[in-house]
Amino acid sequence: MLLSSAPLIELIHLDNGLYCAHLSGTWTVRTLVDQATINQQISQYLTKPNLSWDMRSVTALDSVGTLLLWQAWGECLPTSLQLKPEHRPRFARWQTQVIDDISAPHTLSYARLSQGLQLVMAGVVAQLVAFFILLGQLVLDSFYVVRYPNRMPWAEISRAIYDAGVRALGITALVGFLIGIVLSYLSALQLKMFGAEIYIINILGLSIIRELGPLLAAILVAGRSGSAMTAQIGIMRVTEELDALSAMGISHSLRLVLPKVFALAVAMPLLSVWTSSMALCGGMFSAQDTLDINYQQFFQRLPDAVPLSNVLIGLGKSMVFGLVIALVACYYGFRIQPNTVSLGNQTTNSVVAAITLVIMIDAVFAILFMNTGMP
Amino acid sequence: MSDSCAIKLVQVWTRFGDKLIHQDINLCLPHGEILGLVGASGCGKTTLLRELIGLQQPSQGDIYVMGQSLLNAADYKRQLRTNCGMLFQKGALFSALSVFENIAFPLRELGFNETKLITRLVLMKLESVGLSQQDARLKPADLSGGMIKRVALARALILEPSLLLLDEPTAGLDPIASQDFVNLLSNLHQELAFTVVMVTHDLDILRDLCTQIAVLADRHLVAYGTLAEVMNGEHPFIAQFFHNQRAKRVFQ
Repeated sequence: MLLSSAPLIELIHLDNGLYCAHLSGTWTVRTLVDQATINQQISQYLTKPNLSWDMRSVTALDSVGTLLLWQAWGECLPTSLQLKPEHRPRFARWQTQVIDDISAPHTLSYARLSQGLQLVMAGVVAQLVAFFILLGQLVLDSFYVVRYPNRMPWAEISRAIYDAGVRALGITALVGFLIGIVLSYLSALQLKMFGAEIYIINILGLSIIRELGPLLAAILVAGRSGSAMTAQIGIMRVTEELDALSAMGISHSLRLVLPKVFALAVAMPLLSVWTSSMALCGGMFSAQDTLDINYQQFFQRLPDAVPLSNVLIGLGKSMVFGLVIALVACYYGFRIQPNTVSLGNQTTNSVVAAITLVIMIDAVFAILFMNTGMP
Repeated sequence: MSDSCAIKLVQVWTRFGDKLIHQDINLCLPHGEILGLVGASGCGKTTLLRELIGLQQPSQGDIYVMGQSLLNAADYKRQLRTNCGMLFQKGALFSALSVFENIAFPLRELGFNETKLITRLVLMKLESVGLSQQDARLKPADLSGGMIKRVALARALILEPSLLLLDEPTAGLDPIASQDFVNLLSNLHQELAFTVVMVTHDLDILRDLCTQIAVLADRHLVAYGTLAEVMNGEHPFIAQFFHNQRAKRVFQ
């Protein structure tokens, strides 16, 4: 029943010297997808003088069929047209249709450019203001839960630590271990040239514990947990769960932002220690293989090579990374509009902004503590 | 045999794991009829609707749509989907696209790319569902519930299908918007003469629009026929649904 005959049009030379375009078959949306040939035929036939049209053999005609013919005829019915009575009303709708201009204006002018720039600037300012409002609200919430400890959302915090911390152990371990191996192999080649193999421990210890461990963990968490937090809040907006919380008088920041920020502030330093340990294991494994430095030597020399202050700096900045990643993720989550494009865009923005901020903060830490922790 | 039926269900059984949803459902819906599918929540109405368009497959039995079996017929299912419009319960409009692009989407997917033709068809369809041409620029997020249903209906009808499936078309609409929607559907049905299968609990729709009613209860099709015929059924669900105080007021 779905099978339809193809639309056909043929030119018939009548006895009186005139021509008749004879249409038959099914003229519907499914049979007219490839209209190029039909259009070409109609255009050819239209050049014939006193052409008449016979559509009585058309078995089915829908809006697309009528519109195609209507457009080909120059938006008017031919003077000589024969068709089934039930098909005639289908042309009437095109006769009466008035098309409004629904396209957006495309003109480029100085005024529009200036207006656009103003909008962008206003947008940036509004974003900054909104971010600081969220930050301020978080500070107020922190004071509130210090004053009323029983209001602390422990269940949400515990859940967030599990999601962002425990479930990230595998990937951070793998990446950390591999980076340790890569760093150790590359350094070993250089150190061998100077006969300074033993300094592999200093290089790995300092770079991993102070820099790479916290940074790697932060980048992985921003990509993994930050994006998940943003999407989670965004979906809550789409499904009106945020409105439901507001309607119940429950603070978004207390219930959604604070647990995530608190959880990452706790989980990030731990993840950083874990990632650094795995990277050191990778480095140690590689050092034994390439430089014959055994594990015992590595463990004995590591505390001398890396003063404790480096560990503390690594832990401190990991905590700041955690705070920033969670805050940025929540901020972009609340900016999501109830549509799929916004969800994708803001999740991307969240990850990009979090990673950029993490690297900027890392640079600030490097400058502030440049004279601290060197053996 | 199947050609006289737009839809024919032959001994359809559906199971989700151990749970039996449909048991031996048989039905023949003639062309051009409007079928209201009624049943308690969770009795498998939407599942049956999804089986009709091939989104799900029954565990046993066969479904014929427009004379052809859907069983292991991937090509036919693809062909059927261009000849079958579906209106989902919440509209299921693509939130990233404007109203215009939502309605034009099936046309473009079918292979049409002439801008003028698409514009005229979309605007005509938009007007036929009672919306203005200026609404074409809006995004789904800017629309009310009634408007979303209308746009979704325009999208479902843009390819002028011979079968229209509706999942609770008036759910979430106020009585006025609901009545408008019923009138709209009735007018479009008269004009385009498609076959309709709709899942509904709306007694007004069953009275004003549906020419056939199928009642699902206890996994079986317990009644099928006109409203008067179905109301004479003896199943307890029919008594609960069609003979309660509110139903009596509506059907009187």
